[in-house]
Amino acid sequence: MKPFQYTRPESLVHAAQLSQDTEALAIAGGTNLLDLMKLQVETPDRLVDINRLGLGEITENTDGTLRIGALVTNTAAANHPRIRADYPVLARAILAGATQQLRNKATTGGNLCQRTRCYYFTNIDQPCNKREPGSGCGAIEGVARLHAVLGTSTECIATYPGDMAVAMSALDAAVHILAEDESERTVPVRDFHCLPGDTPWRDNVLEPGEIITAVTLPPPVQGKQIYRKVRERSSYAFALTSVAAIIAMEGDRIARADLAFGGLAHKPWHDPRLSTLLVGKLPSAALFDEAGDLLLEDAQGFGENDFKIPLARRTLAAVLAEATETEI
Amino acid sequence: MTAHFKQDGPVESNRLDGMKQGVIGKALPRVEGLAKVTGTAPYAAEYQAANMAEGVLVTATITRGTVSSIDTQSVLAMPGVLAVIQDSRMTTRAAQGTAGQAPQQEPQTVSYWGQPIALVVAETFEQARDAAKQLTITYDAEEGAPLDPQAVESEAKEGQTVNQGDLAHAMAEAAHSVDVTIDTEGHASAAMEPHAAIAQWEGDKLTLYASLQMLNYNIAELADALGIEEEDVRLRAPYVGGGFGSKLGISEEAVAAAIAAKQLDRPVRVVMSRQQVFQCIMRRSETHQRLRLACDDDGRLTGFGHDALVSNLPGEAFAEPVLQSSHFLYGGDNRSLSLNVARIHRMTAGSVRAPGEAVGMPALEVAMDQLAEEAGIDPVELRLRNIPERNPEEDLPFSSHKLAECLRQGAEAFGWDSGPRTPRQHKEGEWWIGTGMASAARVHNVSEAKVRVSLIADGTALVRTDMTDIGTGTYTILAQIVGEMLGLPVDKVMVELGDTQNPRGPGSGGSWGAASIGSAAFMACHALRKTLAERVGTSEEELSLKDGIANSGPSLVELLDGKELSELGHYEPGDIADDYTASGFGAFFAQVRVNRFTGEARVDRMLGAFGFGRVLNAKTARSQCLGGITWSIGAALTESLMFDPNDGHLVNCDLAEYHMPVHRDIGEVEVLMVEERDPVASPIQAKGIGELGMCGGAAAIANAIYNACGARLHHFPMTPDRILAALPD
Amino acid sequence: MADYITVNDTKHPLPDDPRVSLLDFLRQEVGLTGTKKGCDHGQCGACTVIVNGMRINSCLALAVMHDGDTVTTIEGIGTPGAPSALQKAFVEHDGYQCGYCTPGQICAATAMLDEIAHGMPSDASDTLEGEIQISDEEIRERMSGNLCRCGAYANILAAIRDVAKEKAV
Repeated sequence: MKPFQYTRPESLVHAAQLSQDTEALAIAGGTNLLDLMKLQVETPDRLVDINRLGLGEITENTDGTLRIGALVTNTAAANHPRIRADYPVLARAILAGATQQLRNKATTGGNLCQRTRCYYFTNIDQPCNKREPGSGCGAIEGVARLHAVLGTSTECIATYPGDMAVAMSALDAAVHILAEDESERTVPVRDFHCLPGDTPWRDNVLEPGEIITAVTLPPPVQGKQIYRKVRERSSYAFALTSVAAIIAMEGDRIARADLAFGGLAHKPWHDPRLSTLLVGKLPSAALFDEAGDLLLEDAQGFGENDFKIPLARRTLAAVLAEATETEI
Repeated sequence: MTAHFKQDGPVESNRLDGMKQGVIGKALPRVEGLAKVTGTAPYAAEYQAANMAEGVLVTATITRGTVSSIDTQSVLAMPGVLAVIQDSRMTTRAAQGTAGQAPQQEPQTVSYWGQPIALVVAETFEQARDAAKQLTITYDAEEGAPLDPQAVESEAKEGQTVNQGDLAHAMAEAAHSVDVTIDTEGHASAAMEPHAAIAQWEGDKLTLYASLQMLNYNIAELADALGIEEEDVRLRAPYVGGGFGSKLGISEEAVAAAIAAKQLDRPVRVVMSRQQVFQCIMRRSETHQRLRLACDDDGRLTGFGHDALVSNLPGEAFAEPVLQSSHFLYGGDNRSLSLNVARIHRMTAGSVRAPGEAVGMPALEVAMDQLAEEAGIDPVELRLRNIPERNPEEDLPFSSHKLAECLRQGAEAFGWDSGPRTPRQHKEGEWWIGTGMASAARVHNVSEAKVRVSLIADGTALVRTDMTDIGTGTYTILAQIVGEMLGLPVDKVMVELGDTQNPRGPGSGGSWGAASIGSAAFMACHALRKTLAERVGTSEEELSLKDGIANSGPSLVELLDGKELSELGHYEPGDIADDYTASGFGAFFAQVRVNRFTGEARVDRMLGAFGFGRVLNAKTARSQCLGGITWSIGAALTESLMFDPNDGHLVNCDLAEYHMPVHRDIGEVEVLMVEERDPVASPIQAKGIGELGMCGGAAAIANAIYNACGARLHHFPMTPDRILAALPD
Repeated sequence: MADYITVNDTKHPLPDDPRVSLLDFLRQEVGLTGTKKGCDHGQCGACTVIVNGMRINSCLALAVMHDGDTVTTIEGIGTPGAPSALQKAFVEHDGYQCGYCTPGQICAATAMLDEIAHGMPSDASDTLEGEIQISDEEIRERMSGNLCRCGAYANILAAIRDVAKEKAV
């Protein structure tokens, strides 16, 4: 860990101002950042501790939305009565991630900013365009087991590793961001994370001097909510693939199908075409296959991770079958 | 006085069974248990020393070549940095088990990515860790180092090739045959305590606190590396946070700490990071195996072939002994076995729990399952029909043989259904359920051992040796053996381990610890009993000791009469090893579920039945078996080292991405100990048990996966992607 | 900002170097080495301690960020002379082998039983609502953040189950 100045700002705006410096990083739970600082993947000169600045509350808004403060821990979010009752896909996604020890520390905002687990990103003696622009991608010609099959670029095939944001993407949640000039903006979770393109170092749309203040969940909707995570170990492992689904039926037809996928791309993957395809249809194995085809029509494997394409297709089918109570 | 015994023949007297204390074999809790559960047991990095400096190893970022320069000035000006050590005596690999001499030194020569090349020492850990990352190094890299074991010409491992009869002919003529190729990926020991050392000099005398398994060899390895005499070295390792082979030999941090402490004239601590433990200690080699089995209509083997390719660095003598139990487990007159080593530039390959059988047995037992299916014979029955009377290659008798009992008792306890075995017969929701089984075998070893047993004037006993307890239960079984022999409850027996000021034990490794050090303690006690018997006026055979009283008369305190009585027990394996084949045997039974959509496999329950001679402590022995079964589950489903194809570096070098099992991966586990006495194995009739529990277990899971869903896998670990790829349409 | 951390009822001054993890602070500065460093990256659970009633990985926490917090380590849970019920159960069931992951397992299990009592669901819970039924699967999932390479899981489960039952009585 490189030496850094540890600062505890007096206010959120102060924190945002301090974070404007490109050599400064905000720290909340620290479960990902400290890991990366020990490896010198992250080497901030200044650490801005944003804990104890409020933002630890979950509040019910009169319009039926639910606001989760950026510093609400994963544990607090997963255990909140409203989230358990109205947004079980989110509670389930959070509980499927990491461990109780880590969830007790990890925060909502921090988890959205979690960086990739790519083995080449976390090893500073290997090439990585995300960590060191222009150094190359070790994974494309190397071991790409964890890596993306959708939305990749020739620069980077890393995945976003989290679970929580996948459920938030299915829920169409919104991220609230405060800038150093006290301006605020709101970005849909679905647009918060970036694809690698030719700027692989960019995980998300946050600009220097911007801080996440909250995530708002839309009013609850009818339907079955499922979070399905496929992993090598039965616990404490990142997803090979995961599916967050909110599926509602009207009679024997699908009336709502909000889906998002983890482990497949540089961001929680949301493809609006799936909803268009599924809504109004009778559930069937053929329909689920069609959905899989659509989801993965542009998928590209890199050898080691080719399996993710059939795995994602099968996991999607399993989730749709469960949600629609269809035998396949 | 020394009580020396060299075992040239069976020891049938079974003296331990004639003792009166009644502690031997009992399921007693560990004597050091409270220290462990309260965090008061000290491990290597936890000793306090005044003015201690902290060292962090720097590792190479090329695969092969030389370090042309290290710019020490790049870090010496950093706060707290004391020195950059680049001494040619530093070691670049861990020593192989029982080497007894320094491993490869001269760290400026690089032969694998991640090899230690220097040590940065600073006042604090944070300062040293940062400086180690900032150190500027230039290399003269040598391109083209071979990295793929299957892409190089391999060499035959000496003494492993067997050719008996005509296997090709037997395969051609067989009523049923199987010819399969099976791959296993590399494994890491990944003991929970990282390798660590604290070195402290007083003049020319070095004391090193370390996390090592075999101090009796490590002291010679360290002295050799440093160019000093063994007499000037004291190693201490009373608590070792797991080893599993990774701490058999002296490792890089210990030698570096000793050199730095001497140079700086102050104590130095070096703890490897978890990533360094993964990258520069030991890997179990991946294996590429071919199994050929031929049998007649009754399922009796007529041909047995097992060929294996493993890998290691150039110059390393160790080759994963894949065929070890294949030589004798099953009969078959026509035999062909071979072991080849590919020389590649990945990190050192060495011993990881149950070297050889851990990967050889699962391959063999998958092939046996396929043969059972081909022949239409129940897999338990197929194995029962093929247990040889004598070692089929060397025509030696077995010291004892409990495979049949383990198979029968295990099958009964598990509720094995010997009916037809068609896959995909049981479904629960999304899951297919199936069962499978496999045999277990692990060669038995013993090693020379010394221990001093003293009767103190107050009537307690003190046991001293440099033997280690790496979690195996050495403290407790020694207290039980000595307590049983000398008629003392275990709380009257103090055991001091892990200090080379004490007599040399056998070290912990190869599952030989308990039988070897236990036999030495037994010999010492036997001699003490003789002296006590004389004092009582009876013979040793007639002497009965219980709760500190001899023959219901005088107490030990009275017999000792204020003076300590001490014996050095010295056990040596003798010629008997040439006269018998000695092995632990067992059987595994598993029930698994496989998700029909995702290919995820989970072990619902697993049972292991094992015969390994005398059980010294039913609790710790069972725990050893549980540990082995847990490792079987890891080897079956999740554990795999992944190497970069371009520079050979270990890619998944941490505990997040190297998937050792977590709690939730382990379903119901049951252990059945099929007790026996093996008078050939050791004077205490015990055999090794630490490794047996993972010698074949992965195959029981593979066979259960096949039974569950019809996917016949020939590649371990059986991750969801491999299962999906193997599913029949 | 308080300038101390309370560890097992004793106040200790914060370290000077902000880089010092809570784990290294406990082991090096406070001198409580019962909390173990197994990976230093939140991947093994050996460093689990209880902070303000919640279990965390002390390796992924900076000591300076815990000013004023109350930390319970394994030494605060029980001593050889007065072990806790879980500590006794681990000895009785041989819920360890080498002992290195053990303090973390026991700290985690101590907090876990409270979490269950508070009705906090887990990935293994059938429903997210209502009282938690303590099943083997619940315990296994909730303890999955604590690796044990010796493979003592089955015995650790037995030890925890025993204590959980006693608590329920």
